[in-house]
Amino acid sequence: MNIMIVGVGGQGTLLASRILGAAAQAAGHQVKLSEVHGMSQRGGSVVTYVKYGPEVNSPVIETGEADMIIAFEELEAYRSLPFLKKDGVMIVNTQKTDPMPVITGAAIYPAGILDIFKEQGVRYVACDALALAKEAGNVKAVNVALIGVMAKNSELDRSIWDAALEAAVPPKFLELNKKAFSLGYEQA
Amino acid sequence: MKKLMLGNEAIARGAFEAGVRVASSYPGTPSTEITEFIAKYDEIYAEWAPNEKVAVEAASGAAIAGARALSAMKHVGLNVAADPLFTMSYIGVNAGLVLCVADDPGMHSSQNEQDSRNYAVAAKLPMLEPADSGDCRDFMKKAYEISEQFDTPVLIRLTTRVAHSQSEVELFPREEREVKPYEKNTPKNVMIPAYARPKHVVVEDRMSALANYNETSDLNKVIHGSSKIGFITAGIAYQYAKEAFPEASFLKLGMIHPLPERLIREFVASVDICYVVEELDPVLERQIKAMGLPVHGKDIMPVIGEYSAAMMREKINGEISKPAFKGDSTIPVRPPVMCPGCSHRGVFYVLNKLKLTVSGDIGCYSLGSMKPLDSMDSIICMGASISALHGMEKAQGRAFAEKSVAVLGDSTFLHSGITGLIDMVYNKGTSTVIILDNSITGMTGHQHNPATGFTIKGEPARQVDLKELCHAVGVDRVVVADPFDVENFEKILREELSAEEPSVIIAQRPCALLKKAGYTGCCEITDACKNCKLCMRLGCPAISLTESGPVINDTLCNGCGLCMNVCKFGAIVKK
Repeated sequence: MNIMIVGVGGQGTLLASRILGAAAQAAGHQVKLSEVHGMSQRGGSVVTYVKYGPEVNSPVIETGEADMIIAFEELEAYRSLPFLKKDGVMIVNTQKTDPMPVITGAAIYPAGILDIFKEQGVRYVACDALALAKEAGNVKAVNVALIGVMAKNSELDRSIWDAALEAAVPPKFLELNKKAFSLGYEQA
Repeated sequence: MKKLMLGNEAIARGAFEAGVRVASSYPGTPSTEITEFIAKYDEIYAEWAPNEKVAVEAASGAAIAGARALSAMKHVGLNVAADPLFTMSYIGVNAGLVLCVADDPGMHSSQNEQDSRNYAVAAKLPMLEPADSGDCRDFMKKAYEISEQFDTPVLIRLTTRVAHSQSEVELFPREEREVKPYEKNTPKNVMIPAYARPKHVVVEDRMSALANYNETSDLNKVIHGSSKIGFITAGIAYQYAKEAFPEASFLKLGMIHPLPERLIREFVASVDICYVVEELDPVLERQIKAMGLPVHGKDIMPVIGEYSAAMMREKINGEISKPAFKGDSTIPVRPPVMCPGCSHRGVFYVLNKLKLTVSGDIGCYSLGSMKPLDSMDSIICMGASISALHGMEKAQGRAFAEKSVAVLGDSTFLHSGITGLIDMVYNKGTSTVIILDNSITGMTGHQHNPATGFTIKGEPARQVDLKELCHAVGVDRVVVADPFDVENFEKILREELSAEEPSVIIAQRPCALLKKAGYTGCCEITDACKNCKLCMRLGCPAISLTESGPVINDTLCNGCGLCMNVCKFGAIVKK
């Protein structure tokens, strides 16, 4: 399984990939995660890869190879589209964050991204993860709400996720994140 | 169960298990987490040094004094540490010394794409290259054995995709090692010409012995697959090649310098066609071709950027994969930006307003080169801002100095900016330096430095007083100013630019991501807005322009208030 997590630096994609990695490992797979640190954290596009299966070599997912993409932001979903397999699933948070060229007026945020997905026959699940996170009690839980949506759409069993959350999330925020996960899982 | 670990964490784990006692490093992506994870082990003394040269020298001293020691750095950090590196090759060790260097093919977070393997060749040192986190742990332990057996520092080379990928690692207990006794040994440890000449002979003999060792070392793996095609490779390039050609034969090298010639000859002879696959320079290929062996490499694969399995399929088999879905290459890019509340934003707003020439440096503030702040004329390397500005003044004259500044962070100033400042004072420069003092090493993810008052383990430490330090090297004009008070900051900057002597402005405000920044709430734009768009010049990601004028995004704004200070109409208020 090749899963890409894409978003904007600061949205918590790294934690999401670590939860997913812990879950896949608990399910008995060999797992590799690839992260990018440093400059990319500063509000830029960020991509993390989670790959699992009987044997994983390259930690990187390439064009046309993703079974699933979890996009934390619409424009980033569109940017990552060429990575999706024909029968892959795109999970899209409908949140929009303007990149600097849009802020400065040098570019326009593309309209109707989900319509473009529909036209191209992309299998996608759209959700307002920000609303789910707010309902769970903290806007920062967007990442875990999206992992909940992803979990429902994956073959990994519901029972392994609580332990994965416990492994990756600091105890202080565990209850909040469990709630965000459940809200995502139920709405998907 | 095996533990999922970053390559960098596995390096730290390997060091822990190998009984390492002393670690000294300077942070640098993608190597930083090695030393951060090491600092979590109580059994290891760890420190952030002011720069990589100091770090490697401290680790060298520890090894000479009998403790297994480590230093970790990014590729350009090894340039800074190259001086001790080349001579430690002659001196060797007492207890093991391992230097980890992380290259950044693709330049995810670096100013160049150098291949540090060339250092192993040039400094005549053994170098190991792990291909995943499991290798990282194993190779570290092996590196200390080699270091002590062959009396040599050992280099471990990582690349971003190994350092920042997680894979499974089996954990073993620490092998506790007593500190070896220190004995004075002048011919071994004092590198004056009379003692260095015989040591060069020792170094050459050692390299031959290491090459011989490498012939049978279990660091290298031969994977017998199809005899039609074979790959000689190492590190992350092995993973890409294995994924692209799972049926092929592989010689996966663990020790990439010095090379095991007999093993390579046997492998090349066992396959019909052999490719040497390595990112960046043809370091392996050049040596293998010098053995007279018929291999392919850079004749078909690039010397620039990262490799991938798809690239290899294309270059070797001509397979081009077509994506199922079309993207749109014209969609807006999303470059990294200064965070909302960034303490540097006020400085760059003023620099842009005054249209100054800015000699820049390495840190988050390199983002000041991006529009709309767009205020950076050059970035060379750590610490170069001040010395380069000094050279600019000597080339262009005093009038130029009145229109130009150097900017660098607190950590970068202590790393190597201070020597540039001494140059400016000593050699009668008159330029203006702005130290962006945000109380932390920001870009690498918040490490302490000698100006923060805390050690890597969070213990209180003597704090370098930047103001007194500047005074001590002979700068009389040192002003501390808040960059968010833009009006006052501009006034001070104009005064210092016009002063005919060197001056330093310490722009003091904590990084917005530190708790002590203390920002709360959120700003909003009221009906008093005249749509003058001055706030848009801040390049704050929380402020967007809509048809009706600027608006503040309340999920991004942290209430820092800089835009309130900039607005001429008092139209921005705290919500």
